[in-house]
Amino acid sequence: MNKGKAFIKRLTGYRLFLPLFCLVLVLFSNLIKTPGFFEVTIKNGVLYGYIIDVINRASDLVILAVGMTLVVAASGGTDISVGAVMSVAGAVCCFILSGGQQSVNEFVNPYILGVLAAILAGILCGCFNGFLVAKLKIQPMVATLILFTAGRGIAQLITKGQITYIRVESYKMLGSSIPGIPIPTPVFVALIVVLLTYVLLKKTTLGLYIQTVGINAKASKLMGIKSAMIIFLSYVFCGLCAGISGLVASSRIYSADANNIGLNLELDAILAVALGGNSLAGGKFSLLGSVIGAYTIQALSTTLYAMGVSPDQIPVYKAIVVVVIVALQSTELKRMVSKLQTNVKSGKKVA
Amino acid sequence: MKKRVLSFLTAAVMTTAMILSGCSGSQTAATTAAPAATETKAETTEAAKTEAATTTAAPAEKKEIVVGFSQVGAESDWRTANTESMKSTFTEANGYKLIFDDAQQKQENQLKAVRNFIQQDVDYIVIAPVTETGWDTVLQEAKDAGIPVIIVDRMINVSDDSLYTAWVGSNFLQEGYDAVAWLDDYLKKNNKADSDINIVTLQGTIGSSAQIGRTNGVEEKMKDHPKWKMLERQTGEFTQAKGQEVMESFLKTYKDINVVIAENDNMAFGAIDAIKAAGKTCGPKGDIIIISFDAVSAAFDSMIAGDMNVSVECNPLHGPRVAEIIQKLEKGEKVDKIAYVKEGVFPADTAAAEKPKRQY
Repeated sequence: MNKGKAFIKRLTGYRLFLPLFCLVLVLFSNLIKTPGFFEVTIKNGVLYGYIIDVINRASDLVILAVGMTLVVAASGGTDISVGAVMSVAGAVCCFILSGGQQSVNEFVNPYILGVLAAILAGILCGCFNGFLVAKLKIQPMVATLILFTAGRGIAQLITKGQITYIRVESYKMLGSSIPGIPIPTPVFVALIVVLLTYVLLKKTTLGLYIQTVGINAKASKLMGIKSAMIIFLSYVFCGLCAGISGLVASSRIYSADANNIGLNLELDAILAVALGGNSLAGGKFSLLGSVIGAYTIQALSTTLYAMGVSPDQIPVYKAIVVVVIVALQSTELKRMVSKLQTNVKSGKKVA
Repeated sequence: MKKRVLSFLTAAVMTTAMILSGCSGSQTAATTAAPAATETKAETTEAAKTEAATTTAAPAEKKEIVVGFSQVGAESDWRTANTESMKSTFTEANGYKLIFDDAQQKQENQLKAVRNFIQQDVDYIVIAPVTETGWDTVLQEAKDAGIPVIIVDRMINVSDDSLYTAWVGSNFLQEGYDAVAWLDDYLKKNNKADSDINIVTLQGTIGSSAQIGRTNGVEEKMKDHPKWKMLERQTGEFTQAKGQEVMESFLKTYKDINVVIAENDNMAFGAIDAIKAAGKTCGPKGDIIIISFDAVSAAFDSMIAGDMNVSVECNPLHGPRVAEIIQKLEKGEKVDKIAYVKEGVFPADTAAAEKPKRQY
């Protein structure tokens, strides 16, 4: 009995317990109305099922959330330009691959060139944000607001305001699947980004530095950490992630749709960080928490689709679930509950 | 050190300038609109007199009709075609002088443009509005200056109908009717008139006029077909990515979808990808019938490739219709308040023949 209690206590004490619990809760709520939610079959040589949709569709957001986590941790601010940077990256890639035409059936330039240019564009946008925040000490939200507004304009300029189509099978692979491999490609991309970042943070001192700078930038500077450099790098990394995510999103629709790629995704990315139990004030962070948060958001969307909720009501349901999840993780609420419990207990004793 | 301070200052000035121009513009436009109204009235008459005396004296003899056109921007093929239509209709050869203004998706730019038109004392003002609301003040100014205003594409929401002379645009409700009529016809031709038909709809952004019109049009006419069943409607927000995501979900929930109605072409492209990924087929030779709206050029490609069955046109060529209204007004005739453009239905079998004729 005691052992069981201790186990539960250890389990709930684990940092990722609550985010994971929420994700599982959202997923299992489907069993009520969609019993076949967890069914997985193979169609056209690719895994097929609701659960695969969740994992596949969440990939863009997972990649964004990884970058966003580092920005939040290091600077205590958010990068609201990631959605726009995605569309810039998609536009750059399609512009190079199409050679400026509106629709092509074969690559005008080599594929790898487009991909590298898109990633470079993402990094450059990150450098710009990082420079404003780290060197000029502009508030993160204000600094990234510039690219948030200007980014889509830049993307429109590159695509000349039109949707640029790349109708080449190999271009679609990044967003769908590679023949012979049953798992959708975006899942791999997300997995690689998460793993590499995780290893980078754990095997080097970078993770520790980011936390230190996030907790107290001045103190860490006195300790000899170049805090401005760490903040700058976190924005560059976030730009890189946005670039990769933009590539995946563009490949999904084999085109550059400057108006719609990554639209409102910056808000979801911030939400993913928050749902993962991370403090938006910076400092200590959990990369895996954010990743779980991202999957939770997509699980929620897919669940609402599967349940057939009417489109004008979807935002309400989403809001309710988000409020509940965030409230569950609030330390203030926990304190209130425990206070209530002790009050009840002591009340009993007196009686 | 000095250099650093300087660079910081320039950057700060640039950022604030960018942010100010990006966000707060609409507010200032709205608040300054009221006092500006009285000012411009007094100014316009004078400005018009002097201008007429100096620059436009020569064209005035030729009785050239000056038209000011404020366009939303250039966000899509459709919009570009709309602009081209205006530009090719109101040419000097046709006896017009067109003053074109691109508002870059911002209403405050449009308000400025309309005020400029009033100052230049144009003969007609044509507006393709960015938003539905916020037009009362500026249109009153135009009315006071005696300039007729013609609204194209999106409808506006004003307290007083007489603020604009006419509206030219698409009849989204009729497009919905057309889609149902085509499907009825198609099913009869394929001897499926008596079988049960399961339909799903990918709706546009909820609340947009195209979404409301097309959804209602289809719903209204579907009442005549008791064998047709609308399984579910869900929004794909007019984008290909969302269209694909929602269709993926539909395909898992319903095993026997016969017809997909996508309220624009982009969502139809997404739906087609989802259907193919699920191992099903679509198009004239496939299991699932795809009905789409807009008929942009990529939709014709899709029909030629055999993926899409039909696309109901949303005609951007407003120029000739606007010119017709202007000519009537010139003769002093009365015009209808609402003028719809002619719109066609393009099934896949005509796509290859029609494509070269298309202007957008």
